[in-house]
Amino acid sequence: MSETGIKKFMRDVPLPFCPGCGDVTVMSSFLNAVRELGYNSLSKFVFCSGIGCAAWIPSPHFIADTIHTTHGRSIPVATGVKLIRPDLNVVVFGGDGDLTGIGLSHLIHAARRNVDITVIMINNMIYGMTGGQVAPTTPLKVKTTTTPYGNYERPLDATRLVVEAGACYAARWTTAHAEQLKEAMKKGLKAKGFAFIEAVSNCPTAFGRRVGLRTIVNILDWFKENSVLLEYARKMSEKDLEGKIVVGEFVHRELPTFTENVYGIMGEAKKNVKKS
Amino acid sequence: MTIKKEKSNIEFWQGNEACAEGAITAGCRFFAGYPITPSSEIAEHLALRLPQVGGIAIQMEDELASLGAVIGASWAGAKAMTATSGPGFSLMQENIGYAFMTETPLVVVDVQRAGPATGQATKCGQGDVMQARWGTHGDYAAIVLSPNSVQEMFDMTVRAFNLAEKFRMPVVLLTDEVIAHMREKIVLLPSDKVKIINRRKPKPDEKAFFGLEDVPSMPSFGEGFNITVTGSTHDEYGIRYTADPVIHRKLVERLVGKIFKNADEIVDYESYNVDKCKVGVISYGCTSRTVYETVELARKEGFDAGFVRLKTIWPFPEKIVKKMAKNAEVILVPEMNLRQILYEVQRVVGATAPIVPVNKIGGGEMITPEELLAEIEKRMR
Repeated sequence: MSETGIKKFMRDVPLPFCPGCGDVTVMSSFLNAVRELGYNSLSKFVFCSGIGCAAWIPSPHFIADTIHTTHGRSIPVATGVKLIRPDLNVVVFGGDGDLTGIGLSHLIHAARRNVDITVIMINNMIYGMTGGQVAPTTPLKVKTTTTPYGNYERPLDATRLVVEAGACYAARWTTAHAEQLKEAMKKGLKAKGFAFIEAVSNCPTAFGRRVGLRTIVNILDWFKENSVLLEYARKMSEKDLEGKIVVGEFVHRELPTFTENVYGIMGEAKKNVKKS
Repeated sequence: MTIKKEKSNIEFWQGNEACAEGAITAGCRFFAGYPITPSSEIAEHLALRLPQVGGIAIQMEDELASLGAVIGASWAGAKAMTATSGPGFSLMQENIGYAFMTETPLVVVDVQRAGPATGQATKCGQGDVMQARWGTHGDYAAIVLSPNSVQEMFDMTVRAFNLAEKFRMPVVLLTDEVIAHMREKIVLLPSDKVKIINRRKPKPDEKAFFGLEDVPSMPSFGEGFNITVTGSTHDEYGIRYTADPVIHRKLVERLVGKIFKNADEIVDYESYNVDKCKVGVISYGCTSRTVYETVELARKEGFDAGFVRLKTIWPFPEKIVKKMAKNAEVILVPEMNLRQILYEVQRVVGATAPIVPVNKIGGGEMITPEELLAEIEKRMR
């Protein structure tokens, strides 16, 4: 990793991830995005994460202010940080369980408020850290430790959800698309308002081996074969899209941000005090 | 519109309003909350007032998010608070433990109502006393203040912030529906006469923010300290150790110890005739307002009565209660719950004096002086 020039952002502590974990791909995509945006350090960043493997990407590995919160609550904590320090880049890292299971309402509300933060969701379609239980993102019929006869729930599409809720930027790629992920992160970090990047990610330990994809190569091949660009997906029927991963940039727009609105109101309130 | 008038220092305020103004005086500049009776006036008043002083008041999607945002704001450098009632207080317990473990200064106001569950949402209760002490999982020590007047809603909110900042931990203002909704006269000190404590900031070369001292210094995000905040067991530098027994013991024993070591400084109470009273009454919050009259009536009837009022419930004012128990022939513990602080009194007093619970719940009906007096007459006959 040293030749890519991202080691300067990282603490010299061993990574906790399993061999073949997609979190490492996401981590390097992110740090390369930061480097290519011209940052020499992470001193202008605050990283918030909840519970789960993905939460360990920034904490304690990034040389930056990091806060590892309770399960699901990284987005509310990030909201508090951003409101007090609008000058800092506040970035949330979380898994699909953390952000769309226990913490889903915060994800929707942060998108609705257009809180000026960047949320990176690593979607491995399973609860990995706890040993492979079904997640809100697990595909139908997949056998997990808590669905031994196969998953009986339809998976959630978090990216489409945040677009509807009001996100300013939303994109989805897989870990087989490291370059596109990096570019999406750059756009997300630059976007004014709520930015969401979903990285569909390889978890050979807890997901792959249950679906017959035991190696990282198997999983990445599966990602490549099943990914459909959004432009094509729009022309496809719902039936044809079953089991596919729709990738691409779902939205990129400008809307007034939460921080702007809150500080705008503060200005008005202060004027009122002077008048009375 | 309640814009504080500079010329007058006497106001006629509601308890919740006094709490909100106390927070502003203490330096609170961030509030996040979720509506719940009987605490909502705190959120409403801060939504009006905080932006006027450059602060932020937001309504979150639930109580978990509210305390989460408060934790984030505190680490970003603001004095921050939330306010709730029993059901919301239950939802906040996990993040209260998180704030304790990460040494995050903040204030949680719990305006108690009758529980459990939805109970009687508009009616007074005192059933959260033990939840305030033991509500979060794991080893814990709490600072919990109990006001019994509108004046104390203001003063103790200021003190709650001071204690939170000084000891770097969540502090609970445990009030109740009666005190929160009551309107009374309140005397305000000029703001430069109010004692305000701010968190100790680190020197530029400091690196250990989690434990070389009992209460370490606290940097804020964005100041270049590269802080690693985690609710997992961590060393002095915030680095996680998820299996090391020594680091866990050292951390948690220090966190709990900093309260007990400083208990004399934190503990606060009001007492009357404790040294020689034969009849002692121990109370807190709205119930203690009944006790003043009860003691007066009892003394008129010839009973040598005295009282201790707990201004801090946790840490429990052990010394003064022990003192009362030396001579008391009976100790009454009136509470608007089915016995909670009674057990703490029993622990402290032991078998030195008989302890009599007086309990009343439901409909917001308070224990009356007559009821308490009847109990005294029965026991002393």
